Amino acid sequence: MSLLTLIVLLGFLAAAVAPALTSLLGRRVKFVLVLYPAGTFVALWLMVPQIENGNVIVESFSWVPALGVSLSFLLDGISALVGMIVSGIGALIIIYAGGYLRGHAQISRMYALLLFFMASMLGVVFSANLIGLFVFWELTSISSYLLIGFNHERLSSRAGALQALLVTGLGGLAMLAGFILMGMVGGSYEITELISRADVLRAHEFYPAMLLLVLLGAFTKSAQVPFHFWLPNAMEAPTPVSAYLHSATMVKAGVFLLARMMSILGGTDWWHYAVSFAGASTMFLGAFVAFYQSDLKRVLAFTTVSALGTLTLLLGLGTEEAVRAAMLFFLVHALYKGALFMVTGSIDHETGTRLLDRIGGLRRAMPITAVTAIVASLSMAGLPPMLGFLSKELLYEAKVQAPFASFLLISLGVLSNALMVGVAALVAFRPFFGKMKDTPKHPHEAPWSMWLGPATLTLISLVFGLLTAPLLGGLWNAAVISVHPEASPVALKLWHGLNEIVALSAFTVLLGLLLFWMRDRILAVIRPPAFLRALKAEQIYHLMIAGTLSFAKRVTAVFQDGLLRHYVMFVTLVVVMFGFWSLLAAGPIDLAEMSGGLHVHDVIIALVMLGGALMAAYSNSRLVVIGSLGIVGYGISMIFLLYGAPDLAMTQFAVETLSVVLFVLILARLPRIKDIVSNVVRVRDGVIAGLAGILLTVLLVIATAEPLSSRVSPFYSAASYLEAKGRNVVNVILVDFRGVDTLGEITVLAIAAVGVFALLRQGSKEGKP
Amino acid sequence: MTGLLFAALAGALFAIGIYLLMRRSILKLVIGLLLIGHAANLSIFTAGRLDSPIPPIMTQDAIQLNAPTADPLPQALILTAIVIGFGLQAFLIVLVRRIVGRNGVDDTDEMTSTDIVDRGQEDGK
Amino acid sequence: MKSVILSTVVRLLLPLILLFSLFILLRGHNEPGGGFIGGLAAASGWVLYLFAFGSAEAKRALRLEPLHFIILGLTLALGSGLFSVAAGKSFMQGVWLDAMVPVLGKIGTPVVFDVGVYFVVIGIVLKIVFALAEEEGR
Repeated sequence: MSLLTLIVLLGFLAAAVAPALTSLLGRRVKFVLVLYPAGTFVALWLMVPQIENGNVIVESFSWVPALGVSLSFLLDGISALVGMIVSGIGALIIIYAGGYLRGHAQISRMYALLLFFMASMLGVVFSANLIGLFVFWELTSISSYLLIGFNHERLSSRAGALQALLVTGLGGLAMLAGFILMGMVGGSYEITELISRADVLRAHEFYPAMLLLVLLGAFTKSAQVPFHFWLPNAMEAPTPVSAYLHSATMVKAGVFLLARMMSILGGTDWWHYAVSFAGASTMFLGAFVAFYQSDLKRVLAFTTVSALGTLTLLLGLGTEEAVRAAMLFFLVHALYKGALFMVTGSIDHETGTRLLDRIGGLRRAMPITAVTAIVASLSMAGLPPMLGFLSKELLYEAKVQAPFASFLLISLGVLSNALMVGVAALVAFRPFFGKMKDTPKHPHEAPWSMWLGPATLTLISLVFGLLTAPLLGGLWNAAVISVHPEASPVALKLWHGLNEIVALSAFTVLLGLLLFWMRDRILAVIRPPAFLRALKAEQIYHLMIAGTLSFAKRVTAVFQDGLLRHYVMFVTLVVVMFGFWSLLAAGPIDLAEMSGGLHVHDVIIALVMLGGALMAAYSNSRLVVIGSLGIVGYGISMIFLLYGAPDLAMTQFAVETLSVVLFVLILARLPRIKDIVSNVVRVRDGVIAGLAGILLTVLLVIATAEPLSSRVSPFYSAASYLEAKGRNVVNVILVDFRGVDTLGEITVLAIAAVGVFALLRQGSKEGKP
Repeated sequence: MTGLLFAALAGALFAIGIYLLMRRSILKLVIGLLLIGHAANLSIFTAGRLDSPIPPIMTQDAIQLNAPTADPLPQALILTAIVIGFGLQAFLIVLVRRIVGRNGVDDTDEMTSTDIVDRGQEDGK
Repeated sequence: MKSVILSTVVRLLLPLILLFSLFILLRGHNEPGGGFIGGLAAASGWVLYLFAFGSAEAKRALRLEPLHFIILGLTLALGSGLFSVAAGKSFMQGVWLDAMVPVLGKIGTPVVFDVGVYFVVIGIVLKIVFALAEEEGR
């Protein structure tokens, strides 16, 4: 069976037909389009029992067999978990986007791109081949670019989109290099094969290089410090996109990659330190900066950065407990952050602003949204009975049992989580309590399509929190085992009894509430340290972009200075260089075919033609130049006549005569020849042109030195009379064998004549100069 | 040896053509293009071998072309190229005529943009 | 630049040149010649006429617009190809009349095609030359 392949292909198909369906069905189209993610979700749900005990389902199709690239998909615990997050939230986002962009002229583009992203992301999740994974990975980057830039008439939108594409695209290229190294060392691009050869890879001298390159891909995609800056700027996207790509799914692709790579590249000191360090610093910095933001969406963006850091840290630790915590937090974060983003979108949609200072007291106007936001914030703050509480308990447990730097990690963790609690309180209270404020729009409750999504996600957070083990246990354990094969299944419980972990939790919540209470005073007193602002990684990005552009400008200024003769010079130089280079590589030329005598008349004709050409080049008299050109033309027609081509000779002769006529007709109006350049330039041009001429001669000699083996000419010679009833083979080729070419040629000639006529007419209309 | 001679001639025509493309006078540029056209035709002709001076035309009672004659295929190619070259040449001449008539310059160094150069009578220098 | 000698000679020469061009055209299938060369020769004759009498007179003597020659030629060339299709063969595959026609020899679609080329070449050369001559004459 090939369920996974079908799912991915259907997604791209759905994206392709979405615009047509939208114009056909109008607003109801979302109910049709939602069938794809919903169906995918159900299909994956039904598959869960088959993979619960660590089974892996693999589908494989040969793609580029010569390179060992195949299109292969696998379904294991983590891909089922992430696949269900992608499809489940995707279904809600389709409905939400339908409400958010209701009446928008470009809504069909939104649907198409969302479905395109969905299919690409599912491709990443299911990929069992590194090259396939890379391709889908880049497809998610492209769809992210197009979605961030959805409002492409806004400059900030385009800038944010381009930044996200450049950062994740560069990371993706590094990752591809890492994958290729892995494939070279491991002898295969199949993930399952590579897992069985993990020891070889880890012991290889290229291991640090491949790890670094793959981590670059993961870190840029998952916005780890110092590559985090693109994510807040990606908030230029319409909110459904931010909720879906930039919090719940795409940014998790990096974390997903880390989890996938852990059984291949993980378990070494390099892995532990590099990944944990990046994760820990991102976790803290994200939470810290989030606390200072005033735009609700940017607040959520930085908490997303922090959450991604947490996930990275956990995978860096790599212990059984850490993987358990990571797999749960993966889901928990998607649920509450997706919900909170959609809530933010609803607030923005209904009030016209999302600045924290300008909204307040919305609980009466938007009761459902308010309840959703508050309950989702509980999960974010990690309070019981939400699923977020469970995940935070596991998180602390993992940090307490960390193999190294346990105390430091706990301190950082508590501080980050306290900041998260503070931010959660901010998000839950600021918009909905306190005084009503004047907003650009008069607030109403959002339409059903816009509260259905967040409410559903929040409800799941609550229900899963209460009934964790029966609903989620199997899938979660399968996900843990797929990342950490030695892990033993455990039962998830909401309440573990009073212990040090619970004490830590309680302390965190208190600290967080204190931070929220004191926020205004803290903001007034403690500014983020100056060096942090000065050392912003984004500055480096801008410097790099500006440097690339100015370098390009300087290069262009040299090679394309607007002077035609310089363009010709550079083109000729490059051709000459590569031409002679390949000639040197080819070795000596066999001149055997070139033997034979030389006729005196040939030499005379050649010399006369050469003289004519030199005269045309040298003289500044228009009449002499045109006459000299005529000498060259008549000389060629002599050569044609002497070597068995009377048709050519006659044609060339007639054309030459007519061309002299043409020149004479406009001679009076031809420009006087002025060629004011220094002698140095003349010599330089002469040398370059001379080299080009020598190259042509040498190439011709080489071509002629090879024995001629044509099957075409003998066929024409044999068939000319018998099949085409003509004895002049040249003419028969022109009017019969290759007649269609000739038809094309005379058509071109007719167009040239009309072009000449049009040029002259245009001139006379504009008045004579 | 004849092949070598004509290969050298084609190379020389090509070199002079390229040299003329790098001149400032637009008329020289046109001449350069035409010379390169001649060089190309001569190249094809030489590459098709100069083994026989007999045209690829059958005698009155023959039903097949009996070797050795010149190769008809390059000839057909060149015949097309000559006539197309004529069309190109006519177009070029008229184009130059227009450019000079409109801008009053024949210096390619002055033609650095696609916009109309409004020079008025300044060109009298 | 009217010259009595030139105009007298041209008046005699033009019919001869045109007749010669037809001869080149029709023998092209078996001897050196064909539509391209024939067309260029005929066009040269008219260019000579233009030099002798000026473009207005040449146009009057020609009777047809050069553009019409181009259209006529393209139609003949395309028509000869389509005729083969109508005759149940593939596009531009030669269809020949079995009988010999006096003076012209064997008649088939490739001959018609060559006549089309002949007219197109005459048309484009005259179109360009007339246009340039009128431009400079003003």
